[in-house]
Amino acid sequence: MARAVVTLPAQAKRGEIIEIKTLAQHAMETGFRRTQTGELIPRDIIRRFTCTYNGTEICRVDLHPAIAANPLIAFNTVATESGTLTFQWVGDNGYTVTEIASIRVE
Amino acid sequence: MTTRREFLVLAAAALAAPTADAQIGPNQAALRKAAYEDALRKVVGDAQVRRGRVKLQLPPLIDNGNSVPLSVAVESPMTDADHVKAIHVLTEKNPLPDVVSVRLSPRAGRASLATRVRLADTQTVTAIAQLSDGSFWSDSAEVVVTLSACLEEGLI
Repeated sequence: MARAVVTLPAQAKRGEIIEIKTLAQHAMETGFRRTQTGELIPRDIIRRFTCTYNGTEICRVDLHPAIAANPLIAFNTVATESGTLTFQWVGDNGYTVTEIASIRVE
Repeated sequence: MTTRREFLVLAAAALAAPTADAQIGPNQAALRKAAYEDALRKVVGDAQVRRGRVKLQLPPLIDNGNSVPLSVAVESPMTDADHVKAIHVLTEKNPLPDVVSVRLSPRAGRASLATRVRLADTQTVTAIAQLSDGSFWSDSAEVVVTLSACLEEGLI
């Protein structure tokens, strides 16, 4: 099962601004909720998301417990050249997911 | 001795007084406001924050605070000389004031971010953009939350 989904156009014109939407599968447990017996449920969130385009960092997002479960992150970038985009989510308890998408620029 | 008439007047005043947004108590609200001020200082330091250039979009009325669509867009040419370096989103009444921080480079092309957030109470949400020239710009949105993100006490 996919733990992360990335949506971006398969091809774009050079210099065009494209929108990238990412969705990761994660409960984003806040660390503020309690069980029925009153024990605090420990925090378990994705802390950081990064996107690189052919090795250049496009954006870096710090996430906090106030981000809803299954975090959606949508942002833009300039289609400069054909290549690959790498998306990485890093979180508590060793959570790491990497997704790679390719784009063709004409 | 309270007469019936006085009692009715007092009762009516008491009913009229409560504000619509009292999901968390006043003490806690004050503490969270202080935490928000701290977080704001951490983001902007001593710099002045001006209104404008930033557009924060949130629905004005939310049934469920667990997943609220939020988007921020900043007017900027996004060139090497003039671009948005970072966007921060802060809340006044969540248990933690920070919501999300994004660092951008001119390669982003357009300074915008969309995500989904949790809101604990009816409150003001603020987005702050840091520009490459060191200036800070902000926008705020008032949000009414009917079901808080933190009230469903861990039903697992």
